[in-house]
Amino acid sequence: MSPLLATENLTKHFPLGGGWRAALGGGGVSAVRAVDGVTLTVETGETLALVGESGCGKSTVARCILRLIEPTSGRVSFDGVDLATLDPEALRRRRRDLQMVFQDPTASLNPRLTVRATVEEPLLLHTAGTASERRDRARDVLLTVGLGAELLDRYPHELSGGQRQRVNIARAIATTPRCVVLDEPTSALDVSLRARIILLLDDLRARLGLTYLFISHDLATVKYLARRVAVMYLGTLVEQSPTAELFAHPLHPYTRALLSAVPVPVPGARRERIRLIGEPPSAVDIPPGCRLRGRCPLAEAVCAEPVALREVAKDHFVACHLV
Amino acid sequence: MTPLLEIRDLTVQFRTPDGVVHAVDRASLSVGRGEIVGLVGESGSGKSVTALAVLRLIRPPGRIVDGSIRFDGRDLLTISEDEMRHVRGGQISMVFQSPRTALNPVVSVGRQIARLYELHQGCTSTEARRRTLDMLGLVGLSESGRLGSQYAHQLSGGMCQRVMIAMALATSPRLLLADEPTTGLDVSIAAQILDLLRDLGRQTGAAILLITHDLGVVAETCDRVAIMHAGQIVECGDVRSIFGRPAHPYTQALIRAIPRIDTDVAMEPIPGTVPSLLAPPPGCRYSGRCPLVMEACVLTPERRQLGGGHEVACHAVQVADVAAARD
Repeated sequence: MSPLLATENLTKHFPLGGGWRAALGGGGVSAVRAVDGVTLTVETGETLALVGESGCGKSTVARCILRLIEPTSGRVSFDGVDLATLDPEALRRRRRDLQMVFQDPTASLNPRLTVRATVEEPLLLHTAGTASERRDRARDVLLTVGLGAELLDRYPHELSGGQRQRVNIARAIATTPRCVVLDEPTSALDVSLRARIILLLDDLRARLGLTYLFISHDLATVKYLARRVAVMYLGTLVEQSPTAELFAHPLHPYTRALLSAVPVPVPGARRERIRLIGEPPSAVDIPPGCRLRGRCPLAEAVCAEPVALREVAKDHFVACHLV
Repeated sequence: MTPLLEIRDLTVQFRTPDGVVHAVDRASLSVGRGEIVGLVGESGSGKSVTALAVLRLIRPPGRIVDGSIRFDGRDLLTISEDEMRHVRGGQISMVFQSPRTALNPVVSVGRQIARLYELHQGCTSTEARRRTLDMLGLVGLSESGRLGSQYAHQLSGGMCQRVMIAMALATSPRLLLADEPTTGLDVSIAAQILDLLRDLGRQTGAAILLITHDLGVVAETCDRVAIMHAGQIVECGDVRSIFGRPAHPYTQALIRAIPRIDTDVAMEPIPGTVPSLLAPPPGCRYSGRCPLVMEACVLTPERRQLGGGHEVACHAVQVADVAAARD
């Protein structure tokens, strides 16, 4: 089976000091290497989680996939078509099948549009239906995400945080996309809302046959939603595995550190904590070799050598010299 | 021995154009010396308002309507504003949720800490500077010489929170109010900050009231916990009792709503939403969401002792059953 969505060596560098200094020819321009050669695949109907901490480049991957920003190099293929080479009109037609839900449910809604206008907008852009068909569709989609039609004429400021995130999800699925990129859809939500949105997303995937790329730093949420997990650190993937396997046998020291830092609601159940030293280095001066080297408690001399993902068990890939 | 902080029947209301918001309703809570107590609930449950009331930072249209807040034997609600200013920042300090916005953007972080030593302890600027460097070292910002002259926008979220903690501890307070100190931080950084709070609490003997909606954080950090719903404290006790034998239906629902990485138990959202505090239901405010609701719930349930300091305010809980479960 060929994957629905795939990236190949996806790279995004943001040049630094590219303004007047570069124009005057002032030496080599350095860059923030936000995404540095990420290759991943998402099969039809599955949820792939892309996990990592702030600044690791996971949202940049999402934005590059949707071409909200242009990748520096690498390929993004969706349903066999290379999105990077599409002209703007062809890309726009493709967007109907590839939608996104953003992290901040408030900031990602236009405060001057009613719920109806918000949900109808993608229909207006991507479908040929009449106004009354769009109205019906907006009502249906709202019901699908668990909101009543009475909210159609409300503005975002009249909604609660959970309702806003549901409207965002409704907007994303209005055009019956095949794939939705979810960028931390639950991280701005409270405990009980988080649980509801997780269950809603999983239910929608099953009912509507959606494929998700789920971007998150919340490993517990990932465990509930994802079939496979890719762990990202400082612009590159360090581990990739089926979810159950990853939680049972995390191999990369970074994955193990992340898992051991998640607090568990059982008093006294203090697990062995793998502590990373300090904070992630800047994505400008990335050390050669393994990028975790400076923070890894297990680092050895060999870690200065370049390291690539390799398959150590079935479908379980890890990029670490010491595994 | 009397507890360090004892909140009794605290009632806070906000007058708004739409009516009176009953933000905190007869909440009682105590924090012992050197103890770490969690205050847990959903957004809008009144956790932060409770903390602000302790510092007497409730501003109009908000008002503390009733209750007492005894700190080290003194009622903070009756002392003069002048005395309160010494308590605030001196004996009780606070760590806020978004460290970057809580720090002054146009004053270097070192200067912000040093100012506390000058104000609260009458230090000379040289002395304040020396102590600031020590403090930055204590919170794990070791290259503190350079860091002290930096501004909030130059630091990461985790570093800003360390600076906030340094500021909060600079005056050797006896009580630290930490309002969601790790929300918005990455897991590994959050774990570092919680370790730091716990270690520093132990070293300095400061008690901590930790406000959070994350029960995992409570289980790993706190000695005792109080569960708050819509302005009412529904259950409190030591963490082992609360997590081992949660008695209140809301506590049970909260625990079931957490996605777990340690087990495969199903996750269930809490039914309903936090009721509007403009017109909360009479009696138990959880009654509208509660599967065990009965007629008696229109009356405010008394807090009952379940043994070992475990208290619950719920008509449906059979004390005998809980006691049997304990044995």
